[in-house]
Amino acid sequence: MNTQPGIYGRKLGMSQFFTDDGTVHRVSVVEAGPVTVVAKRTIEKDGYTALVLGLGERKAKHTSKPLAGYFKKQGQTPKRVLKELRCQPEFASKYEVGQVMKLDEIFQLGQRVDARGTTRGRGFTGVIRRWSFAGAVTTHGTHEYKRHGGSIGTNMTPGRTLPNLKMPGHYGDETVSILNIRVARIDVEKHLLMLEGGLPGARNGLVLIRQSVKKTKPRTHVAPTKKKLK
Amino acid sequence: MVTSPKLAEFESSQLRTGQPVFRVGDTVRVHYKIVEGDKERVQVFQGVVIKRHRAGARSTFTVRKISFNIGVERIFLMHSPRIEKLEVVSRGVVRRARLFYLRDLQGKAARVRDQKDA
Repeated sequence: MNTQPGIYGRKLGMSQFFTDDGTVHRVSVVEAGPVTVVAKRTIEKDGYTALVLGLGERKAKHTSKPLAGYFKKQGQTPKRVLKELRCQPEFASKYEVGQVMKLDEIFQLGQRVDARGTTRGRGFTGVIRRWSFAGAVTTHGTHEYKRHGGSIGTNMTPGRTLPNLKMPGHYGDETVSILNIRVARIDVEKHLLMLEGGLPGARNGLVLIRQSVKKTKPRTHVAPTKKKLK
Repeated sequence: MVTSPKLAEFESSQLRTGQPVFRVGDTVRVHYKIVEGDKERVQVFQGVVIKRHRAGARSTFTVRKISFNIGVERIFLMHSPRIEKLEVVSRGVVRRARLFYLRDLQGKAARVRDQKDA
């Protein structure tokens, strides 16, 4: 199980910024916070370690009575998003209930992180969009057969359509992780986390940012060799 | 597209002020810093502005010039710190926002009327 330190946030959109030497960084901006620790799960009590995180404020009129009772018990104001984050005991011990998580405590500049989000739902989609099929030829007598997927199998052997064949269907609204993206900038006060490149999902979509699970190989720089002209 | 106010606030911090006002059709000289290895030098690119992409901090402009009979276009980031200096050489009179028609023209036809002559 992924127990890397992380935080929940909302994708604000994409932007760019310049560094002092003039390099442009194209970034996705995530508003990760203020995220409050609402409760803690411990091995002794719950059998696993996790932090219960709350993101954004929820209005009292939008809070059901059982939920309001839970927040009252924890001594917190109702939160819009309530999520559990499985983590290592060392990470959980750094936080107390009611504490607001600070981005620079979790991430460092230039660090590789993983982002998990839900892609935009596209509804029932044909094979051209969903699986990048080429479609059929539109000339040479083709009639009412343009964006179809073509044949779905043979006749007698095996006499059935094989499983997992690419066909039209529901596309999008899936959980997608993007691994090893670089942290380009951290704004602790405004709770902004800037990650290089794109993130799954629409604007205001919920994303989970965690320290990367896979180790990146240290890049060994190979100097370009000049070929001698004969 | 609706930009979030928090994003707009961040982008406004990236804006660069003090650049001269210019429009599509104007001839500009862009003094652009180029880093080669550890050396840095300034290259001047002079040509007609054929496109301006106005998008806040992400704004760009495209400059076209004819270099040794070959049309060269360069897209500059409006707020890039690599632009050392931006000079407006002359103001042009044009009727459209995108001067892509210049790509199909050659020689005398591929000129933009100067405001002084108009």
